[in-house]
Amino acid sequence: MKKNKMIERTIHGIFLILGLLTVGCVLLITVYLVISGIPAITEIRLFDFLFGTKWASTAAQPSYGILPFILTSVYGTAGAILIGVPIGFFAAVYLSKLANPKVKTIMEEAVSLLAGIPSVVYGLVGMLVLVPAVREIFDIPDGASLFSAIIVLAIMILPSIIKVSMTALEAVPKEYEDASLALGATPVETYFKVSVPAAKSGIAAAVVLGVGRAIGEAMAVMMVSGNVPNMPSLFQSVRFLTTAVASEMSYSSGLQQQALFSIALVLFLFIMLINATLNFFLKKEKD
Amino acid sequence: MSDIMTAKNLNLWYGETHALKNVNITIPEKSITAFIGPSGCGKSTFLKTLNRMNDLIPSVKITGEVCYNGQNIYDNSVDVNELRREIGMVFQKPNPFPMSIYDNIAYGPRTHGIKSKVKLDEIVEQSLRDAAIWDEVKDRLKKNALGMSGGQQQRLCIARALAVKPKILLMDEPTSALDPISTSRIEELAIELKKCYTIVIVTHNMQQAVRISDNTAFFLLGELIEYGETEKLFSQPTDKRTEDYITGRFG
Ligand SMILES: Nc1ncnc2c1ncn2[C@@H]1O[C@H](COP(=O)(O)OP(=O)(O)OP(=O)(O)O)[C@@H](O)[C@H]1O
Ligand SMILES: [Mg+2]
Repeated sequence: MKKNKMIERTIHGIFLILGLLTVGCVLLITVYLVISGIPAITEIRLFDFLFGTKWASTAAQPSYGILPFILTSVYGTAGAILIGVPIGFFAAVYLSKLANPKVKTIMEEAVSLLAGIPSVVYGLVGMLVLVPAVREIFDIPDGASLFSAIIVLAIMILPSIIKVSMTALEAVPKEYEDASLALGATPVETYFKVSVPAAKSGIAAAVVLGVGRAIGEAMAVMMVSGNVPNMPSLFQSVRFLTTAVASEMSYSSGLQQQALFSIALVLFLFIMLINATLNFFLKKEKD
Repeated sequence: MSDIMTAKNLNLWYGETHALKNVNITIPEKSITAFIGPSGCGKSTFLKTLNRMNDLIPSVKITGEVCYNGQNIYDNSVDVNELRREIGMVFQKPNPFPMSIYDNIAYGPRTHGIKSKVKLDEIVEQSLRDAAIWDEVKDRLKKNALGMSGGQQQRLCIARALAVKPKILLMDEPTSALDPISTSRIEELAIELKKCYTIVIVTHNMQQAVRISDNTAFFLLGELIEYGETEKLFSQPTDKRTEDYITGRFG
């Protein structure tokens, strides 16, 4: 008896330590980002940093305004959501409610595969196929643009939107759907008027998860967006918050490097906000 | 009393399982017909053939006919949604939608194209009154239906079914999840409703069948063993198996 209790306690202890390790990592990153992100912000001044429209970190008279990055990230994410959510949502409804089992299996497999493709591959295909196509179709000098990035991001967030929405839709009790059908509603009416509303917090969570994916993506967007710190415009080269950090970090120093940490901090705050929203929806889904 | 539904040589298979064997039955209009029988004998299955809810199960195969107003409901020309509007259903477990009480009742009429607020208000009130629950909920129509008690939820489901003005109401053990008081309210309600509707009810409670039904059908292993006036079936059953069942010797 006593021995069992000992083992029980030891195992409990090990799990606790492993759990704390994760929490520790998060704390460490947070503290590190805050400490290393604050100095540049105080030096540049918060307002000029966040709302300055010019980023020229290597100029003789350096300027550290990150509004172009913030807006590019916001627009890029919004665009990806605007395109990706309707497609993902309808795909999820189709797969969870309408598709015959064979089609469903194949398509689910495809969606999982899409989720597993590394982002550099998305970037590569985007660079070689999408960017030239955008240049041709819209007749612009360079296809590497916010538009191309939006398309790539929209495709990249599809798997999470489809999967999370599907889980929510499939969790809708069949009794609700039966009740609707028994009242003479058609299956499609039933799915959109009963199943979707019943799964709405889960679908909202899927959207927020998509936002998180899109705003945090670096590699693929760097490869298709041209990576120039312009104020965002749909058919111009742009730079995102993520790519701003990634593209200059390797050769930066001094205030420039500190400013990059500050950008990372801003990005981190965005992600925290998104996570809080996500948790809110997930919690609502549970109730 | 005229007949509203007739099943002729009805057989149903779930894959390989022969769940209904050559069922023949005639259900009179504006009366209560009870289905009794031991668990797994096919009562729910048969009930669901009456408004084609079995269509939703892919493995189901049906032969024979079910005629409603002289028309075989399994005919290709039949509009299933229209059929289900006329033959409503109340389920064993109360299953209100996770919406307000008002929206639950208005769901059916809205689906069938009624948009006028005045009209909907009227239908909601009338349906709730007919289901004997209006007084309990009239002050909280905008509240979520899931916050009601089980008995109230079931009466709400009955009201929801009535809101599309069906001709027949199929009820599958509507009181099995309810306390005795809620049960007797639903029984009173059923008796009240048969003035205007035809009711078919599955029940495990034989006293309930005796209390409320005009005719009773006894099922066993997918077969309809005996069918007739409730009073007669329970006092002088003609089949030995019916007698054994109603006297509690098996089941
Ligand atoms: N969806 C299904 N798939 C396969 N077999 C089924 C299905 N539904 C019911 N059956 C089978 O059909 C038979 C009749 O079931 P049914 O649910 O009609 O019985 P019941 O008389 O309503 O029983 P209970 O009183 O327990 O509700 C049972 O043998 C059951 O296992
Ligand atoms: Mg049953």
